[in-house]
Amino acid sequence: MIPGEFQYFAPTTVDEAVSLLQQHGEDAKLLGGGHSLLPAMKLRLTTPAVLIDVTKISDIKGVSVNGSVTVGGGATYHAVASNDAVRSACGVLADCVAQIGDTQVRNRGTIGGSLAHADPAADLPAVALALGATITAQGPGGARTINADDMFVEMLTTALEPNEIITSVSFPRLGAGAGAAYEKMRQPASRYAIVGVAAYVKLGSDGNVAEARVAVTGAGPKATRQDATEAAITGTNGDDAAIAAATDKAGEDMDYLGDIHASEEYRRAMVKVYTKRALAKAIAQARG
Amino acid sequence: MSTISVTVNGRTYQSDVEPRTLLVHYLREQLNLTGTHIGCDTSQCGACVVHINGQSVKSCTVLAVQADGAEITTIEGLAQNGQLHPLQEGFWEKHGLQCGYCTPGMIMSAYDLLQQNPNPTEDEIRHGLEGNLCRCTGYQNIVKAVQYAADKMNGSGNSPGE
Amino acid sequence: MTTVTKMVGQSLKRREDPKLITGKGNFLDDIKLQGMSHAAILRSPYAHAKINSIDTSKAKALPGVIAIFTGDDMMDINPLPCAWQAGRVQNNANTPRALSAGKALYAGDGIAMVVAENRYIARDALDLIEVDYEPLPVVVDAKKATEAGAPQLHENAPNNICMTWDCGHKDATDAAFSSAEVTVKEQIINQRLIPTPMETRGALARYDEATGEFTVWMTSQAPHVMRLLLTAFVFGIPETKLRCISPNVGGGFGQKIFCYADMAFTMWAARKLGRPVKFVEDRSENYRSSTHGRDHITDVEIAGTKDGTITGLRIETWANLGAYLSTIAPGIPTTLYGRIATGVYKIPAAYCKVHGVYTNTAMVDAYRGAGRPEASYLIERMVDRFAAEIGMDPAEVRRKNFIQPSDFPYDNGMGLLPYDSGNYEPALDRALAMVGYADFRNEQAEARKQGKYLGLGISSYVEICGVAPSAWIGLPGEGWGAGLWESANIRVHLTGQVVVTTGSLPHGQGVETTFAQIVADELGVPYESVLIEHSDTAGTPFGYGTYGSRSLAVGGTALYKSVAKVKEKAKKIAAHMLEANPADIEYADGKAYVKGSPDQAKTLGEIALQASVAYSLPEGVEPFLDETTYYDPPNCTFPFGTHIAIVEVDGATGMVAIKRYVGVDDVGNPINPLIIDGQLHGGIAQGIAQALYEHGVYDENGQLVSGTLMDYAVPNAAMLPNYELDRTVTPSPVNPMGVKGAGEAGTIGSAQAIMNAVIDALAPFGVKHLQMPATAERVWRAMQSH
Repeated sequence: MIPGEFQYFAPTTVDEAVSLLQQHGEDAKLLGGGHSLLPAMKLRLTTPAVLIDVTKISDIKGVSVNGSVTVGGGATYHAVASNDAVRSACGVLADCVAQIGDTQVRNRGTIGGSLAHADPAADLPAVALALGATITAQGPGGARTINADDMFVEMLTTALEPNEIITSVSFPRLGAGAGAAYEKMRQPASRYAIVGVAAYVKLGSDGNVAEARVAVTGAGPKATRQDATEAAITGTNGDDAAIAAATDKAGEDMDYLGDIHASEEYRRAMVKVYTKRALAKAIAQARG
Repeated sequence: MSTISVTVNGRTYQSDVEPRTLLVHYLREQLNLTGTHIGCDTSQCGACVVHINGQSVKSCTVLAVQADGAEITTIEGLAQNGQLHPLQEGFWEKHGLQCGYCTPGMIMSAYDLLQQNPNPTEDEIRHGLEGNLCRCTGYQNIVKAVQYAADKMNGSGNSPGE
Repeated sequence: MTTVTKMVGQSLKRREDPKLITGKGNFLDDIKLQGMSHAAILRSPYAHAKINSIDTSKAKALPGVIAIFTGDDMMDINPLPCAWQAGRVQNNANTPRALSAGKALYAGDGIAMVVAENRYIARDALDLIEVDYEPLPVVVDAKKATEAGAPQLHENAPNNICMTWDCGHKDATDAAFSSAEVTVKEQIINQRLIPTPMETRGALARYDEATGEFTVWMTSQAPHVMRLLLTAFVFGIPETKLRCISPNVGGGFGQKIFCYADMAFTMWAARKLGRPVKFVEDRSENYRSSTHGRDHITDVEIAGTKDGTITGLRIETWANLGAYLSTIAPGIPTTLYGRIATGVYKIPAAYCKVHGVYTNTAMVDAYRGAGRPEASYLIERMVDRFAAEIGMDPAEVRRKNFIQPSDFPYDNGMGLLPYDSGNYEPALDRALAMVGYADFRNEQAEARKQGKYLGLGISSYVEICGVAPSAWIGLPGEGWGAGLWESANIRVHLTGQVVVTTGSLPHGQGVETTFAQIVADELGVPYESVLIEHSDTAGTPFGYGTYGSRSLAVGGTALYKSVAKVKEKAKKIAAHMLEANPADIEYADGKAYVKGSPDQAKTLGEIALQASVAYSLPEGVEPFLDETTYYDPPNCTFPFGTHIAIVEVDGATGMVAIKRYVGVDDVGNPINPLIIDGQLHGGIAQGIAQALYEHGVYDENGQLVSGTLMDYAVPNAAMLPNYELDRTVTPSPVNPMGVKGAGEAGTIGSAQAIMNAVIDALAPFGVKHLQMPATAERVWRAMQSH
């Protein structure tokens, strides 16, 4: 229940945070909403010597909707879920973050924190992959962007450099003919995903599926795109048979994790079930 | 040690805290506001819910230093001028508590819920309280208590919750 | 106020609540004492290990650390006692010490204690203690622990068997099975649960060197018993040298009945250091080191005729007791389980054998329902299995085999005292009507055609409350090393205020409210002028505490009888005041008067004043209205009811959704219906939680995998349904108020209603049984494999 001792810094600018990261190297951890980090520290599963609290950096808390939806790395789930403009421009993002944890978790937890931590059962990575989100990170050399596809390297490991901080994440606006959905089976105690599937489709002028992206979280060590499923649904008319055929290919080529809540075998089966549900919902939405 | 300045239930405190001091420990042990409880160590149970700047948070998962400059409301700050808050009344009227250990956090979460959604359905109440565990009541009377408060706060008639 | 409204039977809101809803409760960790220090415990990470050495030097050097102790330091106190050596525990009652020395027998076994200036430093010091462990082989499964070659925990318990116990009639049962038309066999697992009161456990001990007296604040359901056990057994000091106080207790559910190491080590350290010592568990500590519940593996068989008459029941259970015996552990899978195994049915031949087994896991003891949920789950699952086997409606099989009203008092042949009363069919009928049973089967068939799997599950249960009398439950009979009576003192002060002290102590049950309702009515005084005091060994009469749904039936009856004594004395004094013959005095509505002359009455207040000032009392009558009763009931009470659940199973995922939950319970005469329903709600929630969500899981190395609330699924509001309740009222003949107890009925009645419903929903897949919890994966697997 009691974390180990650490040095605490609360920078108010990104530059300051980055220089603190440079200064303290591997001893330092960024503190965002803290709902992954602080419980782990209380159980002494991790004992960082330095915490750099990024919640006082107002520049990274914004949520704006223009040509795309841009969410600050420090924006809370609640700020995103309760934003009407986000909901109308990119409903799946609001739906997904509204399913994370509980009210109090959503009041603290941040978009950047979720992506940077890359918990294998976190919800947001699946949606970031399915929507092709772009992550902007700032380090000592300045800012760079990372495609969601390149972000999740392995369990709890991302493409971020140790001294980089996520300043914003950009999600596309879902225009006419596009649809996206996130479907999740919850682990009943932790409320993380046993399996979560995000699906995005864009219909062509012929009404067929012109583009699809499907990503799975919760089932394996990291959130994973479902290339075979995407290929199978693309070009089809998106009817039940097409969804079923595409679903059959879901989760075939990925690693799984099992635990007391769900075995690998069950997760494998549920990837298909939830892919079907997410795809069907996304296609229905795309059709308007 | 860091020095923080926080306003809790309308009163401002200057305090020295260790960076690692959890907000819940600060409230309970330095300010003697023991109405906020601790029920777990992994942010599941919600016994420690307080409001920071109007939003409900689990005070076991916030550092006291992070609350520097913030306005905090705890269960002790809910009743005004000796008048119970409608939620407190609702929990009493509808037998929404038994041992009472989860109750302060439950009430503070319900308070946030009603701020966001003054007319919640039963389902919305149940989902809105997902961050709080009660082991005694089976939740049915907690739902009724929140309905009672919602009705009362909306001024809809004299027999709330019926 | 002279006209008194009837209080009993009213849904009064609770007088306990104002402080709890305003954050003014006083729970253990809210208490601060001058000079208080904080303890933290180093716990073995290994489930079984030899401890070669413990080096505390670095930890001792940490600024703010006051002292560090190990098990070897505390050898001057005795191990904790096992108070209920039921089940023929013979010379192998291995109980924990304040700290374990030499060996750790489960992951979480306490082996060193840090006392520091604050809890942060105490926690830090734990990381600086260096222990040389030598890991030993581990066994966590009760059945495997009894097999040849299994790791051995205690030298005096070969094959880890602590006890082998049986009840019923073996030969008659074997005969019933050999001649049976139909038999059904199943292995049924009642999984390990973690009670999870929302407040964890702990103790705060203070020692007064001048008087040699301890005061311990504890999260206990039974402070009087703790006082007895800690003084007479653990410390070997006079009982009067310890005062035990339970402040507000944040839920118990059985876990807080027992005598725990922390009570002993805080006392020991407080005496040693001359400073108060507080210890409060973290949740993960509570999960690893406080008691768990259930954990039975059972081979069960039911025999019957093709037309639905049950003729035999045969049970063999391996009950996991954990690494040591907790305070009343042996009594749970024996007296409170085997003896009620036949449930609400007339079963002519039944036999139950129980093996109590040591394993490298946390101790297992009473958890809400304690033995009775295991028993009712077993019989109610098997009745459904039997009904399915012979193709008969499960409601009709139940009806056909119910013990009939004319059969009471009913001896079930299992060594239990006779069931006091019962009328099972009306509760079943009412529940069937509420749930719309007549229409359900059509609805179910229709739903199945559309690929929706609906199921309905019935549970008709009976349980044992207010366990007594002492002459039966005690050492001569069931091995309980004490009595099970309860006490109440009532005093009417000079001002007419009524002060009740009771040995019962509430931790959520609303006893202050219900007891005051009883006194107000019986004594005819305003409810507001009755004060109920409890939970402090100083100032209350000895009592056995609150558990086993006993407060009202036993403690409440003691109170009722004390009130009657007060009235008798008041009548004598009133007669003197009225210059009348005591035999002619009547007492009603708070007044005593000569029969036929109620206008010439003396109020209780006037009588109390007279009794207190004592200027003029009748010959031989002592001053003051002050009466005490120690009530030992002639029998237990036997609440019963029928619960019905309707569920829907998602055919693709196996997820179970509860569509309806109906309960019709008979807890005797209701004192406060609001509180009764609250008790039932909470009880049902815990039964549903067992059926669908909760599972205390150890891996093969003895690590508790479900070690935090991130992995042990205590349900939240969105995971539980509305409960539709009704009741029948069959007053218990055992006590004058006709009450029975309601604290555990919900838990005892519910898990099998859910499981029978889930299994009914899975009938198209040929599923006959499923183990709890019915997680989505488990249900999905059942659908796949059939």
